[in-house]
Amino acid sequence: MSKLNLDRDKVESCRVAARKISQQIQNFVDHHTTVSIERSVLRLIGIEEDYKGRPLVNAVVDSLSKEKLSLGILHWLGRALAHQRSSPISICLKAAEGKLKWDDLPEADFDAIRRVTDPLARTAVRKLQESANRKRHAREAMGGREPRPLKYLIVATGNIHEDVEQAQAAVLGGADCIAVIRSTAQSLLDHVPFGATTEGFGGTYATQENFRIMRKALDEVGKKVGRYIRLVNYSSGLCMPEIAVLGALEGLDYLLNDSMYGILFRDINMKRTFTDQHFSRLVIAHSGIIINTGEDNYLTTAESFRAFPQVLASQFINEQLGLAAQLREAQLGLGHAFEMDPAVEDSFLYELAQAEMVREIFHNHPIKYMPPTRHMTGDIFFGHVLDCMFNLVGVITKQEIQLLGMPTEAIHNPLLQDRFVSLKAANYIFKAARDLGDEISWSPNGKVIRRARSVLEDTYRLLQKVEKMGLMNAIAEGLFANMERAIDGGRGLDGVVKKDRHYWNPIQKLLERQPEYQEHPFQERRPREERDERERRGGGRRRRRDHHRRRNRQSGGGRGAPRETQSGGQQGGGGAPPSNVPHEPAGGTT
Amino acid sequence: MTPASSKNTFKKDLNRVKPYGDHWDDGKMQLSFTLPVAVGELAREAARLYLEKLGFVHPQIAAMEPMGESFAFIVAYAYATPHIDLSKIPLHRPEFSVLPFDELVNLAQKEIRRKIVVVGATTGSDAHTVGIDAILSIKGIAGDKGLEYYPFFKVVNLRAQVDNQHLVDKAVELKADAILVSKMVTQQDQHLDDLKALSKMIHQEKDLSAHLVKIAGGPRIDHRIARSVGFDAGFGPGTKPSEVANFIVHEIIRKTSGAPAHRVEGHRAAEARPKRRSLFGWLSGRGQDS
Repeated sequence: MSKLNLDRDKVESCRVAARKISQQIQNFVDHHTTVSIERSVLRLIGIEEDYKGRPLVNAVVDSLSKEKLSLGILHWLGRALAHQRSSPISICLKAAEGKLKWDDLPEADFDAIRRVTDPLARTAVRKLQESANRKRHAREAMGGREPRPLKYLIVATGNIHEDVEQAQAAVLGGADCIAVIRSTAQSLLDHVPFGATTEGFGGTYATQENFRIMRKALDEVGKKVGRYIRLVNYSSGLCMPEIAVLGALEGLDYLLNDSMYGILFRDINMKRTFTDQHFSRLVIAHSGIIINTGEDNYLTTAESFRAFPQVLASQFINEQLGLAAQLREAQLGLGHAFEMDPAVEDSFLYELAQAEMVREIFHNHPIKYMPPTRHMTGDIFFGHVLDCMFNLVGVITKQEIQLLGMPTEAIHNPLLQDRFVSLKAANYIFKAARDLGDEISWSPNGKVIRRARSVLEDTYRLLQKVEKMGLMNAIAEGLFANMERAIDGGRGLDGVVKKDRHYWNPIQKLLERQPEYQEHPFQERRPREERDERERRGGGRRRRRDHHRRRNRQSGGGRGAPRETQSGGQQGGGGAPPSNVPHEPAGGTT
Repeated sequence: MTPASSKNTFKKDLNRVKPYGDHWDDGKMQLSFTLPVAVGELAREAARLYLEKLGFVHPQIAAMEPMGESFAFIVAYAYATPHIDLSKIPLHRPEFSVLPFDELVNLAQKEIRRKIVVVGATTGSDAHTVGIDAILSIKGIAGDKGLEYYPFFKVVNLRAQVDNQHLVDKAVELKADAILVSKMVTQQDQHLDDLKALSKMIHQEKDLSAHLVKIAGGPRIDHRIARSVGFDAGFGPGTKPSEVANFIVHEIIRKTSGAPAHRVEGHRAAEARPKRRSLFGWLSGRGQDS
């Protein structure tokens, strides 16, 4: 089915190399924990409170020396619980107030600790699974399969209540996913702010309460338009695992989560980031959240024509690290971007080749496609044209998520009207070119196929190089995004702790098993696959008619009704998914 | 349309200039904005009257579209009335001439006779390096090679999130002749505070060369702002590396020869801008905390 006729052996070799690279990282990760991971463990067992203007979880974890922390927070909590009739929250409060001295706790044997912490861990993991199920039910209740690409828009006023208004307006205009951009430099905070916030710099703080407010608002407006609206935030920076936990608890659908973004673009220490990303992905895997990786960012610092192999290589690595953290392919929203210099002749063709090859290599993955930013100049009219070309590539190559570009990129955070203009154009292009991709086949030795071939070749070479030197050294040498980051440089290294032989974290133990979570979060099958199946079943023209008929039935439009439209108000799309779409077989082992 | 003979029947009075729509002095402007009002006759009339309040004449609402339930997107055309006198506009640009590559190389070799050390960085919490990279890296931007391409520069790019103190230390260590600071994040004038702090630090640092050229750049930076925080020059969007290269060479020559500082305000600045506005701005970083 490959349109680009890619060399499958080469793709497989890339995967093998990436697996080896990720295993090297995993060796490090398995022997380390971080302050943020331990804080997330506390959050998972229900410690949400604020203590004297800081999160209680920070106060508790900070009360332990590094040496103590190497045994795991649940070891200490378990020790305390084994000796006192008390609840985790009151122990945490006492520890924060300094009334409880960890040193004074008598030794407890392993079984005693296990007895008190195992139930906490089971409840925590159950909470994650419930969150996944809630989301699945909410999506199914809305029924329809929104046409791809999903339209992803950003709000960023700094005030969560203002964000709600703008998000709802965007949904009424056709948005499927709403991302609340975080305040500048939140990724560098070593704690998660508390409560609803009304002030931020260039964005709105990610807090548990803000998540809750936006989730509720999107559910409301989603009911009105008959679509499930996906909520997005950022599980990155120094609090990566904690945001993953909060996102899971508050019903987020997508989290930006990349194994290298923080290292390259936020100068966070790589040991910290690699360790954090693993745990955060374990949480995400069990909560039915889809991650979005950040490879698109590489192209903001490196030139797309030459640097695309870096993107593809990083996608292979992110994929393997993700699979190692129990994520399914359908949860791996790998990222890439439309960033080619518009001065390059045939740049549109090369963008097509790159977008198509990402989709073909990662065909089960909900790929996220990012708009031009590097060559947005403030000329909003030309910028709008670039965005339209980007949208065209997105629909032709059937990307899963399209982050809509704003004509005013590089000027300000999107205004209400910028989002509107952008949505209107995307609605039109996605509708006008809905099936264009199916009609296209590439000239066997043409520019598109040759471009894809050469990118794949360069990717393979890059991956081999990285495999030989190790990912950490490769980053130190500036092989990704042309950024050099020292192995022990950057922020947050002091929060990395080598695990003791007796390190105790039953939550992680449970999470390392395959999720019980039954459903494919990306359960809806792609139209092309549906069509292939029809082709296998039966003949020519009838098949086409069936196709229409079924679509009409789905949209509740009856036999004669026009095909489901996708613009503006988005009526219905109701009814259950077609019954011939099988649910993903249960993958659980427990 | 216009016969050749009547081409100059209107007077191009540069003391009385207004926006040009379809013909000289019509003042026709394109406007788009949002009203927090549901689409309807009320919104249309409100938009029209508001434009009149702004001083526009004969506003024409070309389009009105609903955005959600309580917002209207307006596209309008209207005629502006005021004029501006071009001869009375002070310009805020550094004064220097832009020499072709070879001439600049010759000048530097003749006058300076050693390598010029340039240290560049994006400072503070700012992570956007597109601008500083475009100016410094050999690739440059839009066909204009970056400073690394010039044989007489030694370029050290410290890249993003560089602490002010670190930048100063590096400048001392490398015996810098010029430092370039790029600023993208401008919330609450953070960029100005950072630049002020930096220039104070440089002032206090005795080990820096006396002729150190301090340059700031970024989408919200212009020459006047940069001067006001103690820098020698500021470059805004659309700046090309060759302009920065020329400025550095000329400024070092000027500073070492002890000539007086240039007037900041004066029209007839060197024709530093490219004829056609460059397609690529100084900066277009992804301004998101993703």
